[in-house]
Amino acid sequence: MATSSTTTHAPSRSRARRGRGGSVAVYTVAAVAALLFLVPFYLLIRNSLASDADLTGAKWKFFPTSLHWENISELFNDPAVPMAHSMWNSLVVGVLGTAGQLLVCSLAGYAMARIPYRHANKIFYAVLTTLMIPSAVTFVPSFVLVSSLGWVSSLQGLIVPGLFSGFTAFLFRQYFLGFPKELEEAARIDGLGSWGTYWRIVVPNSTGFFAAIAVITFITNWNAFLWPLVIGQDQSSWTVQVALSTFTTAQTVNIHELFLAATVSILPLVFVFLFLQRYLVQGVAQTGIKG
Amino acid sequence: MTTTTTGGTRPGATAPTAPAAKAIRARHGARGSTLTFWLFAGPFLAGLLLFVYVPVGWSFYLSLFQAQNTVAPTKFVGLDNYKDILTEGPFTDSLWTFTLFALIVVPLTYALALALALLVHRIRVARAFFRSVFFIPTACSYVVASMVWKLSIFNGVRFGLANTVLSWFGIEPVAWIGTVSPPWYWLVLVTVRLWLQLGFYMILFLAALQQIPKELYEAAWTDGARPGWQTFRHITLPQLRTTSVAVVLLLLIAAYQAFDEFYNLLPNTPYARPPLVYLYYTALGQGQDFGHGSAGALVLSALITMVTLLQGRIFGFGKADS
Repeated sequence: MATSSTTTHAPSRSRARRGRGGSVAVYTVAAVAALLFLVPFYLLIRNSLASDADLTGAKWKFFPTSLHWENISELFNDPAVPMAHSMWNSLVVGVLGTAGQLLVCSLAGYAMARIPYRHANKIFYAVLTTLMIPSAVTFVPSFVLVSSLGWVSSLQGLIVPGLFSGFTAFLFRQYFLGFPKELEEAARIDGLGSWGTYWRIVVPNSTGFFAAIAVITFITNWNAFLWPLVIGQDQSSWTVQVALSTFTTAQTVNIHELFLAATVSILPLVFVFLFLQRYLVQGVAQTGIKG
Repeated sequence: MTTTTTGGTRPGATAPTAPAAKAIRARHGARGSTLTFWLFAGPFLAGLLLFVYVPVGWSFYLSLFQAQNTVAPTKFVGLDNYKDILTEGPFTDSLWTFTLFALIVVPLTYALALALALLVHRIRVARAFFRSVFFIPTACSYVVASMVWKLSIFNGVRFGLANTVLSWFGIEPVAWIGTVSPPWYWLVLVTVRLWLQLGFYMILFLAALQQIPKELYEAAWTDGARPGWQTFRHITLPQLRTTSVAVVLLLLIAAYQAFDEFYNLLPNTPYARPPLVYLYYTALGQGQDFGHGSAGALVLSALITMVTLLQGRIFGFGKADS
């Protein structure tokens, strides 16, 4: 890979020359694509703040004739739409589900990567087999089990079955395999046991990885639909996705109210995207490539 | 790599740290480390047993019985449930729906996500902005996106966005999701999925593109290869092989799990039902038919396992793993 100074200069000069010619086309394509990607977001906001008369008028209107900010208070005061409650459910499921999954799966991943045990290999293969079965396919048998536990329409029914992700445990194992051994050995020599080493040395030195997995898991939990739909038989246990879906099919709500609810439901994740994008991108790159 | 090395001390292969590690292991003892292993991994393994292995086993048991409205069946029917779902039509139809869906969605997503990544990779000014714009639809759920697609863009009425655009060219309104022939609903199903997942796979490709050593392109340039199609075919694409395999595998699994947009865009239509929608209506719909539902779930699991293993064979996936 020895490149002399003359050869390294040539391509960069050509790239600069091409850059000016090519960039107009590149930026045009990018701008058009970006516009297309943003249209659905615009529609969400437009439909949220318009009146139903504007939305179902005889002609398409790019801008609504007037903005109705009172739609917001209307949505949260409508007794037929348990918006605040289902948002709360989603938040509880998202936060507890993410924290629990991180705790349970990181410990297991650490054990499989680092703690010597005679049957560790067999156990690792047993975990790998579950990766073959996508969780969505097991919803029928899982529902049978959870209903016999009496957990239908309950928060534990929504949260607990999702904590034991073979995939997340697998990711943690791969990550801990690459964790510098010297740090742990130093801690051992200083007299820390396995728990002490894990909590005081390994976890504090892995916050980036934990954050990345946490962001991904939270987004997955927040947007989950099939399992919450199966478990949420009572309105009291609906997550926001189930609530939205029920309104769409029931057609009892105003269109603008429905779209406003949808907009409100994506706001938490938009914030996650804006503020934690670094961890998010890192997490996608990690989970995706190792998947 | 760091899995248990019980017995078989290789002579002459003593690394400088080996004595220290051995001393630590000896101090903790084999039994201590077994206990620690179970303390760390026990809760996870117990959960995996209860919430994955037990349901799958129970499902197999139920699939051999007539089990309507009950999870404690009495009438043994052997393999009849399997015979029913494989011969009666709706389930096999759902497998064809999936196959067609995957054949359209997987290559399209692969090509477009790679194209977006190459585009963003070439952008110098405002790269973070463009990356965010393409990535942020991932924040939307299928429920929300389906709502926008069904009620706003592909509304079958005259004033829907798509129909408004068509009217500028003098084309009559189209009932996008309401008719089977021509099957325009495929356009709705495919575009919603593309919008939601392109950004995710674009990030994977972007990460991989950044890993390609610049020297490769410089060497190719001195060898006379012009930037563009030639370097893309002979350098970029081969360098993206690992990522490509992962992306195709992830796309296939994601396509198999298609439920949300089908359920929300086409509720209660007899057409365009992928396997999970069929299973949902069979097992948890009015019939509560756990026998047939379980049989279907197991057939589907078996199919996915076979496809995954086959993929692994073809692409050598997993070989690079330790």
